[in-house]
Amino acid sequence: MAIPLSYNLRNLMARRTTTLMTALGIGLSVAMLLSILAMVEGLRSAFAATGHPLNVMVMRKGSTAELNSTLAQETFRIIKTKPGVARDARGEPKASLELVTVILLENPEIPSGININVRGLTADGFAMRDSDIRIVQGRMFQSGRREVVVGQGIADRYPMARLGKPLQFGKGEWQVVGVMDAGRSAANSEVFCDLFQLASDQNRETTLSSALLRATDEVSMRVLMNTLADDKQLSVDALPEAKYYADQTASGQPIQAVGILVAIIMAIGSGFAAMNTMYAAAARRSAEIGTLRVLGFSKLAILTSFVLESLLLSLLGAIFGCLLALPLNNLETGIGNSVTFSETTFSLRITPAIMATGFAFALVIGGLGGLIPAASAARKEILTALRQN
Amino acid sequence: MSEVVIETRNLTKEFARDEFRIAALKHASIQINKGDFVALMGPSGSGKSTLLHLIAAMDRPSNGDIRVLGEDLRSLSDGAIARWRNAHVGFIFQSFNLLPVLTALENVELPLKLTRMAKSERTAHATKALQLVGLGERLTHTPRQLSGGQEQRVAIARAIVTDPDLILADEPTGNLDAASARDVLEMLVTLNKEFGKTIVMVTHDPHSAKSASSVRYLEKGELLPPGAKPVDWDA
Ligand SMILES: Nc1ncnc2c1ncn2[C@@H]1O[C@H](COP(=O)(O)OP(=O)(O)OP(=O)(O)O)[C@@H](O)[C@H]1O
Ligand SMILES: [Mg+2]
Repeated sequence: MAIPLSYNLRNLMARRTTTLMTALGIGLSVAMLLSILAMVEGLRSAFAATGHPLNVMVMRKGSTAELNSTLAQETFRIIKTKPGVARDARGEPKASLELVTVILLENPEIPSGININVRGLTADGFAMRDSDIRIVQGRMFQSGRREVVVGQGIADRYPMARLGKPLQFGKGEWQVVGVMDAGRSAANSEVFCDLFQLASDQNRETTLSSALLRATDEVSMRVLMNTLADDKQLSVDALPEAKYYADQTASGQPIQAVGILVAIIMAIGSGFAAMNTMYAAAARRSAEIGTLRVLGFSKLAILTSFVLESLLLSLLGAIFGCLLALPLNNLETGIGNSVTFSETTFSLRITPAIMATGFAFALVIGGLGGLIPAASAARKEILTALRQN
Repeated sequence: MSEVVIETRNLTKEFARDEFRIAALKHASIQINKGDFVALMGPSGSGKSTLLHLIAAMDRPSNGDIRVLGEDLRSLSDGAIARWRNAHVGFIFQSFNLLPVLTALENVELPLKLTRMAKSERTAHATKALQLVGLGERLTHTPRQLSGGQEQRVAIARAIVTDPDLILADEPTGNLDAASARDVLEMLVTLNKEFGKTIVMVTHDPHSAKSASSVRYLEKGELLPPGAKPVDWDA
């Protein structure tokens, strides 16, 4: 019914160099977009993977992060007995008082150092996370000792924080006695140690940072959060742990915004390149367009054919873009957080959905870039088209 | 009385050039019957191509009436004209106008893409048309791999593959050597004599015009009466 696609494919092959250059231009903007999306996705999944669905995070009212929150021992004693808090086999409430601070770690790439979260917690607190965490090297820290367990992401990226190495912070030296694999959860980029040892190092025996509570079920979880938030005396905020980490993804937003802006600017650039290529193609093939019209092909058939050719061009661009961006998949990197002043390590993740977005993006570039030249080719009078050669 | 295939009355075509209007064709009235082979001759710029383009509905007249194969061309929409031309008119250009990226077979098959014909049937028709012009062995050659004479034969195959009633040719031998020109003219005569196609051919070459059954002359946009020639026409 229409001008065969092979006509477009062979024309793209006939002007190989132009085709490759234009497709490469589109490919670069696709690669740019893919890497931004991969980063956002990596961040999102790093945080989304954190938090038992029934864990409630309690912080001082108005705190946006554990680092700037304070929670008194006294308050913790009250909140852990509230109705709705689950109990363990011994009948003790599943609750963890925690102290979060930061230490500066350096690696050859970042000689100036990066802030890393150090979390002081008890064996109970660790147990509340044990579904996510596995000790893969060494052993667990012992209470009352200056020992730490580091996340796998930390051990991988900071040679100074590997098993057996001493870390200098607080009132002296701490020993790395274990490495924990916390999957994609936030603990993978944290350092865990004994709560009371850290508290005494930091002179914060009575005011710690936050508490983690395990609710018995979803309904009680909501009631528990309301009860805590409504208690004027306590003056705390309570939110699902998962939500707390999901909100941290927001720290990726400025980068995401800049990245997407750059991708859009590049897209406009490569859209114009596609447009230019298709204008040149339509001009060079003016007589062919006239001939096709004489053979009985409609203006719409001409329009469709040239838009399709531009789409094929951008499809090639999308393939280039994916090939360029794919090596980034699973690349480990870290990101500083302006709220917590600490770094989270995460992997760039190029998912099928992200690749599909890249293809859609390229097709939009090609479609829009091809539309105007195609329309002007289709609009031409037959004799005008035939005469231009 | 034979059937009238082309009938124009006071057909006029003006082109706007700067502030002027140039009359490329003035009040041309012509009747061409089914089975005629008419050659259009005349000096350069006399309006031959303009008349042919109007008959093919590749352009619209400024004034006058034109009926081709029973259709009032002025009343048809662009889409209807495209379909009409696809089904009923084969056009042959001076410069062949094959699509360079397609093979001979694909070029000839192209007009059939607009019909309901199945792929296998299209290929069969196109192959037959190419065999008819003596290019049965050149199906997969691209235009670049063919000589000018062969290219024009592919173009003829393309013009006849839809089995049109009317074949229009604008200086079909203009770019060819003498031998190839003779082949092309022979083919047109065959199409006219054996297949009953009505043919209108623009030509500069008096020798080519001899293949036609009648010749009409144009001069300065005017179609001269049958038998009349431009004043200092030396041929
Ligand atoms: N699109 C156009 N715009 C302006 N003038 C045109 C246009 N097309 C044709 N003309 C003019 O109309 C006149 C007739 O042109 P036409 O092409 O019909 O001549 P022709 O007899 O075919 O000449 P040739 O033998 O050189 O092909 C010429 O003066 C030409 O310049
Ligand atoms: Mg002419």
